Amino acid sequence: MKLKSKICAAPYLVWMVAFIVAPLLMVIYFAFTDKAGHFTLENLSGLSQYSSVFIRSILLAAIATVICLFLAYPLSFMLSRLRVNKQRIMLMLVMLPMWMNFLLRTYAWMTLLERNGLINSFLGLFGIGPFNMINTQGAVVLGMVYNYLPYMILPLYTIMVKIDNSLIEAAEDLGANLFHKVTKVLIPLSMPGITTGITMVFVPSVSTFIISRMLGGGSNMMIGDLIELQFLGNSYNYNLGSAMSLVLMVVVLLCMSVTNMMDGENKEGGVI
Amino acid sequence: MKKVVSCLLSVFLLALTIAAPAQAAVTVADNGYDWERFKGQDITLNVYNWGLYISDGSDGGMDINKEFEELTGIKVNYTTYDTNESMYAKIKSGGADYDVIVPSDYMIGKMASEGLLAKLDFDNIPNMALIGDQYKSRDYDPNNEYCVPYTWGVVGLIYNTTMVDEEIDSWDALWDEKYAGNILMFNNSRDAFAIASKKLGLSMNPTSVEEIEQAAEELKKQKPVVQAYVMDEIFDKMEGGEAAIAPYYAGDAIVMIEENPDLAFVIPKEGTNYFVDAMCVPATSTQKEAAEMYINFMCETEVALANCEFIGYSTPQVEAEQLLPDELKNSPIMYPSAEVLANTETFNVLPDDLSAAMDEAWSEVKSYDEGGNALLVPILLVIAVAVIVIVLWRKSVKKKRNDY
Amino acid sequence: MKKMSFLSKAYMVLIFSFMYVPIAVMAVFSFNESKSRSNFTGFTFDWYINLFRNDMILSALGLSLVIALVASVIATILGTMASIGIHSMHRASRTVIMNISYLPVINPEIITGVSMMLLFVVVKNWMGGKVFGMPTLLIAHITFCVPYVIFNVSPKLRQMDVRMWEAALDLGCTPVQAFFKVVLPEIMPAVFSGFLICLTYSIDDFIISYFTSGTLQTLPIAIYSMTRKKVSPEINALSTIMFVVILSIILFVNAQDSRRQKKSSARRS
Repeated sequence: MKLKSKICAAPYLVWMVAFIVAPLLMVIYFAFTDKAGHFTLENLSGLSQYSSVFIRSILLAAIATVICLFLAYPLSFMLSRLRVNKQRIMLMLVMLPMWMNFLLRTYAWMTLLERNGLINSFLGLFGIGPFNMINTQGAVVLGMVYNYLPYMILPLYTIMVKIDNSLIEAAEDLGANLFHKVTKVLIPLSMPGITTGITMVFVPSVSTFIISRMLGGGSNMMIGDLIELQFLGNSYNYNLGSAMSLVLMVVVLLCMSVTNMMDGENKEGGVI
Repeated sequence: MKKVVSCLLSVFLLALTIAAPAQAAVTVADNGYDWERFKGQDITLNVYNWGLYISDGSDGGMDINKEFEELTGIKVNYTTYDTNESMYAKIKSGGADYDVIVPSDYMIGKMASEGLLAKLDFDNIPNMALIGDQYKSRDYDPNNEYCVPYTWGVVGLIYNTTMVDEEIDSWDALWDEKYAGNILMFNNSRDAFAIASKKLGLSMNPTSVEEIEQAAEELKKQKPVVQAYVMDEIFDKMEGGEAAIAPYYAGDAIVMIEENPDLAFVIPKEGTNYFVDAMCVPATSTQKEAAEMYINFMCETEVALANCEFIGYSTPQVEAEQLLPDELKNSPIMYPSAEVLANTETFNVLPDDLSAAMDEAWSEVKSYDEGGNALLVPILLVIAVAVIVIVLWRKSVKKKRNDY
Repeated sequence: MKKMSFLSKAYMVLIFSFMYVPIAVMAVFSFNESKSRSNFTGFTFDWYINLFRNDMILSALGLSLVIALVASVIATILGTMASIGIHSMHRASRTVIMNISYLPVINPEIITGVSMMLLFVVVKNWMGGKVFGMPTLLIAHITFCVPYVIFNVSPKLRQMDVRMWEAALDLGCTPVQAFFKVVLPEIMPAVFSGFLICLTYSIDDFIISYFTSGTLQTLPIAIYSMTRKKVSPEINALSTIMFVVILSIILFVNAQDSRRQKKSSARRS
């Protein structure tokens, strides 16, 4: 019987090799060859001139991730302490914008941030501004935070619901102040949620090319823009684009292993 | 629940009935051309054109694609691109099979030399005769084999007179610190490099890698004052007063000035680019004859006229040009004077090495970051170190705890 | 439980308004008579009517729905079968397969898109003919959907009592019968939720489709091309409609859920 049911996985295994493994091998192949198909390291070594783009992407994504974490952490805790039926409604409210297409969500900010946009005309009523908001790095970070905030809230919430209130009360009884309650009880207990949230926000942020294009005005390029430029954009160069993709993949895996490390020892340590 | 569904459905149906638009059928010239030979064959034509480059029936004009579908029974799958280069990337990679594309002059030459274009059968395009001779047999297609001109025009500066007090007449304005943060720039390599070259007094058709590098340096210098690199996003930005100065194509300037009378258009004294966009059929097209029919349809006088009035670009179709309203025919933007045209340059096909160099330089310009680097690297390093320290610290704490 | 302090209530209101104000603004301006995006000049339904006349949007929506349905069905079947197969494998091979399946989930979407495009280009150069279009779009969507099915169904399989399956076999079921009568009903909720996840991811996907769609336009691609031109308030109308549709679906599902809960609790008492 065991043998037979193993066969069920066969179609998927074929699919997996053909459409998950093979494409990634293609990326590696193109990254290490030139246009004529000969082996070369030029694509990878040529990336050094784009280091500013890589650094900018990582930095902006990191800032967005940190902001998301700080915004989402208290909110998730508050959500998890609500009455159960209220929690359901609130959770729905968190997820609702997620179902809307992210292009539309980003577009909404485009119209808000413009020089003659709503925010500036609103501020103008009080005689403030106008400010340059669109086409700046700040706008890009804002776009990331707005788009990916739910990805931070949800994992945090899921883990915090499981935290028993009595643990916090016990800490309170033992004389812990707010700071200690957060750092000694809440954060250690919610570590897995934090790490999941960080990866879920960081990975799409670091690789986006839409948010930076729509809100960054094309002058705040990110890795995603650069890759798109090589494949479907102005600088047609598959090999260079593959090399960039490879590096991006490494960056992402590195980030994940770091967060996993923080997460993993928690499991081993067994806090509870 | 049932109620909700039926309610939604009825609203939807209502919307559909409202949606039935009033149609003014196009009259095609009666010259024995068989428009209906593909009727009932369920053919779909993939047309790939620039954004906002066809009369689509908004503003009460002619919906050209719909008219074509009704006349011929061929379905049009109309999609758009925003730069020659991105269109080229998509065709060259084989990422899509289109039947009709509308590249600019230099791109036609490049694609033809790479075998990406099919030779047209002009028996299927009798309306080629209506195209002015000065638009035919140009360098990029000396034997008139690959393309049928669609529009032509020049590049110039569009500026908002409420934000710019002086008379602008030079590309230098795009580098002017006074307008820092209020300048838009082309988001495609060839046009951007052309402006930088002209500013430096060089030709738009670089003959060496050094010239490209010089232009790239100029573009990098410009970057701090640029608000955004745009293509068709320019419409909203200029019409809405989001930016003061931008270089763009003359035809679009006409449309923008119509929307916002504060805008003005000028052709800089250093000279500018003269371009012809033309319809071609990619070599991979499986519907070549239907594609040629589409091209022929676009050259019908009535169609070309409606198109020209809507998109604002000058038409190479002679009959349509004569039928244009006087204000357009005499417009110095749509039909610049002979002196202005004498001071223009067309893009040539660049040799492979120069074109690759320009592509690379463009990536560099776009990713260039003035001065920011010095600060970014240490910040990032600090963050990385902090993360590692925290991880290690936590580990040691845990170890201690486990030791108890 | 303690009552919420004023401060935390204010905080929640603040975050939620951050999340909803942009959407609300779009909804309001979808009824704006002029094209202005900051001045409300008058009320109109014109943009909604225009939207329903816009063939590009309507056909893109149709394509998106078709792709999402077909891809989700195939992905669900493929994924469920795979979960069953993987379930009976050895630990080592199971880990390898699961880790590879994780790749499309953790990889940035742009890399999945680009890598698939490279594969299709290579296949096209090798075989010739028309490759890009419906087939590539479907393959791409199925590929990024299957892992979600597997990650949904596998835990459910692990929870399942193996003895049920064995008992069915003992009582004379063929393995196929036992699967459909015993296993499938047990894992059905997970299969279904996997299917729903596929559906939403597929309809929403822009980046991967962008690289693999050829000449086709799914709804997100059409929206993208709309945002790159002169933007018409139609796009506001579209957002508003999408928001209302999603809201009503979620409300409906929730109402259904709570009704079921009430019923079961009533039965218990």
